[in-house]
Amino acid sequence: MADFKVPELTGEIITPKVTLGATSGIKPFPANEELMGKVGFPAKKSADWKVKFLAKMGEILKKYKSVRVFLDICVRCGACTDKCHYYLSTGDPRNMPVYRQELMRSVYRKYFTTSGKLFGNLAAARELSDELLEEWITYFYQCSECRRCSVFCPYGIDTAEITMAAREILDSIGIGSKYNLAIINKAETIGNNLGMGGPALRNTLDFVEEEIQEKTGVDVKLPLDVEGADILLVTPSADFFAEPHIFSLEGYAKVFHQAGVSWTLSSHASEGGNFGMFIGNYDHMKTINGRIWKAARDLKVKRVIAGECGHAWRVLYSFSNTLHGPFDFLDPNYRVPQHICDYTLDLVKKGAIKLDKAANDDFSVTFHDSCNVARASRIGNEPGGQFTIPRELINAACNKFVDMAEETIGERTFCCGGGGGVLTDELIEVRVKGAMPRMQALKRVKDSNGVNFFALICAICKAQFTKIFPYYGIEMEEVGGIHQLVGNAIVLGAKEGV
Amino acid sequence: MPTMEFEGKTYEVDEEGYLMDWSLWAEGIAGEMAKQDSLELTDAHWDVIRFLREYFEKYQIAPMIKILTKELAKKYGKEKGNTKYLYELYPAGPAKQACRYAGLPKPTGCV
Repeated sequence: MADFKVPELTGEIITPKVTLGATSGIKPFPANEELMGKVGFPAKKSADWKVKFLAKMGEILKKYKSVRVFLDICVRCGACTDKCHYYLSTGDPRNMPVYRQELMRSVYRKYFTTSGKLFGNLAAARELSDELLEEWITYFYQCSECRRCSVFCPYGIDTAEITMAAREILDSIGIGSKYNLAIINKAETIGNNLGMGGPALRNTLDFVEEEIQEKTGVDVKLPLDVEGADILLVTPSADFFAEPHIFSLEGYAKVFHQAGVSWTLSSHASEGGNFGMFIGNYDHMKTINGRIWKAARDLKVKRVIAGECGHAWRVLYSFSNTLHGPFDFLDPNYRVPQHICDYTLDLVKKGAIKLDKAANDDFSVTFHDSCNVARASRIGNEPGGQFTIPRELINAACNKFVDMAEETIGERTFCCGGGGGVLTDELIEVRVKGAMPRMQALKRVKDSNGVNFFALICAICKAQFTKIFPYYGIEMEEVGGIHQLVGNAIVLGAKEGV
Repeated sequence: MPTMEFEGKTYEVDEEGYLMDWSLWAEGIAGEMAKQDSLELTDAHWDVIRFLREYFEKYQIAPMIKILTKELAKKYGKEKGNTKYLYELYPAGPAKQACRYAGLPKPTGCV
């Protein structure tokens, strides 16, 4: 199945021996000139690329003080070295967060600090070269911007921000990732990452309605572009296309149906995901985020709810206000935005919907905290709600739940290996290997508790694990969303006492 | 730009062998791609390919996998109407391998 060695499942996460250049040959496909132009970047690398490179880097250092501080304050203590899933699984030292950052820090020293300008190599400064550029392209796309290393950094250096800045610099000199830029182009021109236009979306929703009807006998609607609905649901477009994503979409629809609320999707903002963040480009992030608030205004909804997507939630929750706020046109009684897990759990607690846990008795469930939810946002009003709310909801929907080892969940969760704009097939080797720490933790609860349902609230994680589980000898059907469990358990029909 | 040769004609493809222009597709191209993967195309394979083409012509995108599996169920019975069967037909993934044979672009996004 693979032309590389898939890590063995032992249940142990062991820090590997250093293997210099172990993954030096793995790079993203470049975006072609046409695509680069479409998203507003130079079509290709020009002869004066070094000038452009340094100009962009200077601009970033000025605009984002955080990046300059992160470049300045690292003392190379090494606390981050064995925290990255890519280093733990490949042994390539360039995947140690500190070493990855060194790719930018060495350039920073050379061109932006006095000691580097004067002493060059002696001050660990590096000159720009084609060789260095290749290292940037390689290793800044072997970072999933998951920010696990940042949790362990005594200075709180955010590696993801360095990676984002690096990708922004690469784009600005005409070197882009085909996968990321194709998606950004589709989100901005068609409305979602898939490139699914309105008619295709409606056809898909009709199909899902039929499916639910056939399975439950209940007419559950999936409304599109309904002006005046109370709720706008913004979800990753994978929910309209892939498995198991689609089962969560069925779950959300059943929840809204049973709660008796009016809701709608939007064909113009049929995507929660925001790849603008992955490439560190503020303008694209703002444009993609703006579609959602424009749709909310146009459809005159009262509230916005986000479906199961990790980085969508980060951008929506953490950045929307500064990108497009204030949201005084929405009903102030509701959180802006609200996470679907928060919404559903609230209904369960109020008794507005009823879940029959026995419907999930075939499953022994564990929960994978997705990076962008765990380390870059909150769900609900309480600190740590991003950890407790999904788990409370799972426990309300099934009888058998167990957490994986403590050092691999919560804010210390391990990345799926495919986040941050690396969910593309040419990077499959680092994706499969990068999942290793998570897979070892899973292996332990499979052995101890017979776990056979791996619950998630992120579209990237779902696609990644569905793809890589078979490499580890696990059935892809074991991957699913929390609202898939909710959808199985929800009691549809007339409410008691109503 | 990489290319593929078929019956004396040259077709532009991307890095992973997807046709750059889906409208230039001919049935023989699917056969040629399958040959390179040492895969023999059966009637069931062809049904998938034709359905993908028809859907794409109508909606400019490949259908959700579930729509495809349901179509298979209609023709070959319920036990064949699932993702597992699609993976038996197209081991590299129904969306990705079947779309490629059908001359369609690769689906993008978190899929």
